[in-house]
Amino acid sequence: MLPDLYRVQRVRQETHDTFTLELEPMSGGQQVAAKGVSFAAGQFNMLYIFGVGEVPISISGNPTPRKVRVSPPRFVHTTRAVGTVTKAMGKLKRGDVLGVRGPFGSHWPMEEAVGKDIVMVAGGIGLAPLRPALYQFLSQRENYNRIILLYGTRSPADILYRRELEQWRARFDLEVQVTVDQAMGAWHGNVGVVTTLIPRVSFDPLRTIALICGPEIMMRFTILELQKRGVGKENIFISMERNMKCAIGFCGHCQFGPTFICKDGPVFRYDRIQEWFGKREI
Amino acid sequence: MQIIDRNSLDILFDTLKRRGFNLVGPTIRDGAIVYDRLTSTADLPIGWTDEQNGGTYRLKKRADVAVFGYTVGPHSWKKLLYPSVQRLWRAKRDGENFQFITEDEEVSKFAFIGVRSCELHAIAIQDKVFINGKYIDPVYKLRRENVFIVTVNCGKASGTCFCVSMNTGPRATFGFDLALTEILEDNHHRFTVEVGTERGAEILREVPHREADEEEKAKVEDIVAKTARQMGRTLDTTDIKDLLYRNYEHPRWDEVASRCLTCGNCTLVCPTCFCTTVEDVTDLTGEHAERWRKWDSCFTMDFSYIHGGSIRSSSKARYRQWMTHKLATWIDQFGTSGCVGCGRCITWCPVAIDITEEVRAIRGKE
Ligand SMILES: Cc1cc2nc3c(=O)[nH]c(=O)nc-3n(C[C@H](O)[C@H](O)[C@H](O)COP(=O)(O)OP(=O)(O)OC[C@H]3O[C@@H](n4cnc5c(N)ncnc54)[C@H](O)[C@@H]3O)c2cc1C
Ligand code: SF4
Ligand code: SF4
Ligand code: FES
Repeated sequence: MLPDLYRVQRVRQETHDTFTLELEPMSGGQQVAAKGVSFAAGQFNMLYIFGVGEVPISISGNPTPRKVRVSPPRFVHTTRAVGTVTKAMGKLKRGDVLGVRGPFGSHWPMEEAVGKDIVMVAGGIGLAPLRPALYQFLSQRENYNRIILLYGTRSPADILYRRELEQWRARFDLEVQVTVDQAMGAWHGNVGVVTTLIPRVSFDPLRTIALICGPEIMMRFTILELQKRGVGKENIFISMERNMKCAIGFCGHCQFGPTFICKDGPVFRYDRIQEWFGKREI
Repeated sequence: MQIIDRNSLDILFDTLKRRGFNLVGPTIRDGAIVYDRLTSTADLPIGWTDEQNGGTYRLKKRADVAVFGYTVGPHSWKKLLYPSVQRLWRAKRDGENFQFITEDEEVSKFAFIGVRSCELHAIAIQDKVFINGKYIDPVYKLRRENVFIVTVNCGKASGTCFCVSMNTGPRATFGFDLALTEILEDNHHRFTVEVGTERGAEILREVPHREADEEEKAKVEDIVAKTARQMGRTLDTTDIKDLLYRNYEHPRWDEVASRCLTCGNCTLVCPTCFCTTVEDVTDLTGEHAERWRKWDSCFTMDFSYIHGGSIRSSSKARYRQWMTHKLATWIDQFGTSGCVGCGRCITWCPVAIDITEEVRAIRGKE
């Protein structure tokens, strides 16, 4: 499967190691223009950096853009530079070209969440794949009951989407709580792991849909905490990460028990994978 | 059912060649029977057989001139349907942009000669992976579409065969154009032929043949029944998926891991293993880039690497992944077992780890 060519239209440095790229399909040649950039919240793309490699990165933009737009629709990706490919991606500038295959994978339970309380729990870069879901919930605010976003990150300097978080926190129809693992100096917010926020917020456990994305260990403890509050396994959704080479079910790398995370995931209903999630080295 | 005599096998080969097929089949290289180009029936391992057991493989002279008197070797047909190294595309820098270049691949039409029943099942399993799902792999599809398959019903089983347990042999029941059974009698060496497709019938029309008589038909049944009784291994598949799902933490995994070298031989020889990795490379000028796809193995550390470390860092986890995939998760993924009982992984494991033995050990001590 050949990547389509996209041009970087905007680069935003989010933190010292994390950046957001806005990508526009290049006109001519490829079928991209017709396909547009429609995607479902929770899906990912394979981003190819010329000669360096290709990595799965979630789409972190708005899946339901305003009807009238001035500029063509874009893919938005927030990436943390951790290795060869993501570091090369971090060097891209406005005008540079990269390859995109996608979107791939399953999406967050937008339909199941209608009429319910929504608890979103993000750890670190895990906020990126959750942001499209939040955009969509907010754009159809009347369809949902309470909406809660709990976000934990390493330090105040690692907080993603800072301005947006502040705007969201100012809203009366959304509860946002942020915590950091450690803080020095001027931080007056919460300190501690994200799971410590769960007992502090109020939601109706029997009518709640929970969306979780973060490191596996964080998701494990979050699930325990939610279950303690009485949220059912079938109402908890998590987004999984594994090595991916193809994203279309051929390379075998993303297997997780009987599932292929690239095509059956990355978003799973917890009760459907709990048997494997509870085991080590799957 | 038809009959062709031994000489007509040469005519069958010539007919296929005339129709533009490149013949590939069993031939001897470096002390093993492998699959390679054949020019005539003389390239087949005539009068040879193989002795196989856990970790051992030896060629031996037969007392007769059997053409197909052996079982499967280290190669499988996947090497032709799904090359071990394949360039997927090239890209060229063009100012600040770049362009992808794909070549329209010319792929030769292959006739696979001597495909065994378990191998037909293996091909059907790989079809499920590459062409029967949501995404279609063009590399596989292109090659698969062109293949003409001449099957052979096995006249002997090896010490590591267990197709009977896996319900995949020794008699071929589908997926062939022509299916042969070798009848070796002192002064009458001949083959029965079953026609699987219209294409197969067309080819057979150009080869001297006659209708098989009742006695010859009965011989085929006798031959495969005898082979079925020779299975060197057995595997009890009762409840196999749940057995393995229940036993992720069985102590046997530690035991087998203490022997396994994580060399990946088993995945390379397995006719159904399909995993690959991708390598993106550039030349020194940085103007050209290529993407290559290569066979990979779940036994490597890199296979499950994500930022921060490998998910399956212990050899226990890697052996467990492989065997559980073959026999259990595969069933959920593709509606079929991932093991066809060909025995290759047992024969070619340097330390003679035996998948049938591992299942027995887990089942025996739940
Ligand atoms: C569904 C999904 C969504 C994700 N979403 C995000 C996201 O939104 N934001 C984010 O920051 N991260 C995300 N990740 C994680 C991200 O994919 C990894 O951080 C990234 O793959 C790391 O690649 P790297 O090369 O920088 O790191 P490395 O540690 O250098 O490499 C990691 C993997 O990439 C392979 N690789 C490296 N170079 C090459 C090459 N030249 N050719 C082939 N393979 C190569 C390596 O073999 C290794 O398997 C997501 C992962 C998944 C599975
Ligand atoms: S697992 Fe072993 S016996 Fe089964 S198909 Fe693969 S190589 Fe053959
Ligand atoms: S089971 Fe045998 S062949 Fe397979 S990886 Fe282990 S040592 Fe190698
Ligand atoms: S990423 Fe290749 S099978 Fe899922």
